[in-house]
Amino acid sequence: MIVEIGHYALTLALALALVQAIVPLWGTLRGDEGLASVGQSCALGQFAAIALAFGALAQAHLASDFSVLNVAENSHSAAPAIYKFSGVWGNHEGSMLLWVLILAFFGALVAGLGRGLPLILRANVLAVQGFISAAFLAFILLTSNPFARLSPAPFEGRDLNPVLQDLGLAIHPPLLYLGYVGFSIVFSFAAAALIEGRIDAAWARFVRPFALVAWCFLTLGIAMGSYWAYYTLGWGGFWFWDPVENASLMPWLAGTAFVHSVAVMEKRDALKVWTIFLAILAFSFSLLGTFLVRSGVLTSVHAFASDPSRGVFILAILALFIGGALALFAWRAPMLKRGGLFAPISREGALVLNNLLLTTTCAGVLIGTLYPLALEQLTGEKITVGAPFFNMTCGVLLLILCLVVPFGQSLAWKRGDLLGVAQRLSLAAAVGLCLAVALFAMLRGGPVLAPIAAGLAVYIILGSLSEIAARVWRRGAPIGVLLSRALGLPLSAWGSALAHIGVGVTLLGLAATAFGAETIASMHVGEAQSVGPYQVVLSSIAARPGPNYSEVVATADIRWGGAVVTTVEPAKRFFAARQMSTTQAGIATLWFGQLYISIGDQTGNGIIAARLYWKPLVTFIWLGACLMALGGALSLADRRLRIGAPAPARTASPPVAAAR
Amino acid sequence: MKRARLALVFAFTIAASLAHAVQPDEMLADPALEARARALSAELRCMVCQNQSIDDSDAPLARDIRLLIRDRIAKGESNEAVRSFLVSRYGDFILLKPPFKLETLLLWAGAPLALLFGALALWRAARSKETATPALSEAEEARLAAIAEEGGEHVIARERSDEAIQTKL
Repeated sequence: MIVEIGHYALTLALALALVQAIVPLWGTLRGDEGLASVGQSCALGQFAAIALAFGALAQAHLASDFSVLNVAENSHSAAPAIYKFSGVWGNHEGSMLLWVLILAFFGALVAGLGRGLPLILRANVLAVQGFISAAFLAFILLTSNPFARLSPAPFEGRDLNPVLQDLGLAIHPPLLYLGYVGFSIVFSFAAAALIEGRIDAAWARFVRPFALVAWCFLTLGIAMGSYWAYYTLGWGGFWFWDPVENASLMPWLAGTAFVHSVAVMEKRDALKVWTIFLAILAFSFSLLGTFLVRSGVLTSVHAFASDPSRGVFILAILALFIGGALALFAWRAPMLKRGGLFAPISREGALVLNNLLLTTTCAGVLIGTLYPLALEQLTGEKITVGAPFFNMTCGVLLLILCLVVPFGQSLAWKRGDLLGVAQRLSLAAAVGLCLAVALFAMLRGGPVLAPIAAGLAVYIILGSLSEIAARVWRRGAPIGVLLSRALGLPLSAWGSALAHIGVGVTLLGLAATAFGAETIASMHVGEAQSVGPYQVVLSSIAARPGPNYSEVVATADIRWGGAVVTTVEPAKRFFAARQMSTTQAGIATLWFGQLYISIGDQTGNGIIAARLYWKPLVTFIWLGACLMALGGALSLADRRLRIGAPAPARTASPPVAAAR
Repeated sequence: MKRARLALVFAFTIAASLAHAVQPDEMLADPALEARARALSAELRCMVCQNQSIDDSDAPLARDIRLLIRDRIAKGESNEAVRSFLVSRYGDFILLKPPFKLETLLLWAGAPLALLFGALALWRAARSKETATPALSEAEEARLAAIAEEGGEHVIARERSDEAIQTKL
């Protein structure tokens, strides 16, 4: 019964979405205030209805109601509750339901928080949001109904794919979707601005918080996915340039460009048309990602089922929204008024360069991802575009971008002093260069990119810090004054510095992979193997039962010198329901590096194949991403950015204001 | 004969149970040759997985190719010879780094071209901003024509009332 209520609620949501799509638009055209404000209640109602539908499906999963096809195919009565719950979106239908839930959540957010928005803008934004919602709800109801029943109901479910039975599934998809789908709001704002034919700095001020929220979540979502792959796949790879990963990287690149260009627009009223274009681009890539992952064009752990009718449906949605938005853009963008001028050497100029490099990288990723698909369709020839290609093109572009990051942060708006900034950054650059040269001499004949990346990383970190220091430091000022000046800096300044430091930290982690060590050996109980600066002693191998699996666990002591530092338990799990096994790496975090052990099968009594890795500073890769997201959150907390917040009083940051 | 068959059965059971990325028993004794084999396998794609190299892949097929590479390297073949043998057998699909050729021209040139066009567009935009005074838009043109025809006050009054309706909304 609850399941049928869920199904009904989802249908109701579609009806509400259609009303939300059409009526407010009609209202703004007719000049009818009543009709134009229908969108708000629709958006709130739609969110409630989809939440109810999602709750119904979650209940069916938690209660192991195997009369529901979705539950029977993706759940198991013996699974721990957390995997029963995360299993709700561990399948195609459920993950689409999560997608629309988050879409409706953002719509409700605009309806609830956007009281300060001009009426026409809000009506149009909600209308566009309604269109997107309606398309995806129709997709779910017509091709991927999560509430389909199964008769007769089986006694036991087929269990969730073992690879997905991990805490990662509970965290990674919701975070990623909050990012992906969050850009829908940015898209709707852009479309609304085009429909109205008006865009100004106020528009940028309304959009920026949404863009930042989406960007932060997307950053965290990608990082989480990467860490999940790292500890699950058994050899410590964290990024494969897999098409599905690329599908999440493209909106991130476009979104990063957008977050920067919208700042220019808010501050200087420039780059309007370009910013609108980026807004369309960011969400278009989210849609493309959804298509690539959900259509079954690609096979991967992310593609749960491939059904051609679904692919065609999503492709139609894709064509409708991307094509529609771009057509609207081509038609209306020339009418938008152009804004503030700036010299090429200025913060605006640097951010334009940032945008150029980010979108070019994005284009590179797009070409590399789609080229094999297109070539196979056209000529039947199969090629592979893998990591070496992307590292050579996109990786290099991103390294060039890293070179200009500190400049963008330090140059003044409108017209900057390149020489002055270069002087200020010279220390950071010198330290980075020295490090790169030293590492290069150390590696001699090894990878070339690693020392360069490490040098750049240190340069970015120091450069970002020196920007903050330059704004706080005044010769002869006592500590107390400096402290209050630091606190007086706008949070967005701290935010951007932190986010850039995060970029440096991630880059440092990536560079450090070149300095790792690896040992592959058949180990018997009691044997010691050294890897990097540590020794690993295998102390026992034992079988252990789990709730819906059985596992072989190896216990290994990690020693430094003679003393045991810590103990890890790498395991290999076997899931009977699906006849599949997974590897559980044993990971010890030692400072910022990790000792990573994964085991294969037993080759004899008390002998096991083991792969041991020492990965120095590897956690920096993901800690950096967390810093980036934290930086975004700090910028978000800046009071100037809060929706509807009055303009900050002039006295808000006296020490800086007085000094300038 | 019987022994050979037994060995074959043994090899298959081992291969089946050991389906896991590079295994200790696969490795060559000579570290230099083994390093070459590792580097070579990192450039080759596992045919049955998504974008994983055979060096990282757990698939039995990847293991077979790893063994084949080591066999050929141990016999003294160069990396290039092993690579071209594999390409002749499996096609370009096996190379993680697609080769330069006519079909992949756009692939390799794509990102640099995008950068070039982007930079060119920026340069043109910057130049036009500096030199040209912006021409009147269509709307402005129309407004000008209207003013010339029916007099300034009429047009402005009409626009005011239009605006009032808009703001009321």
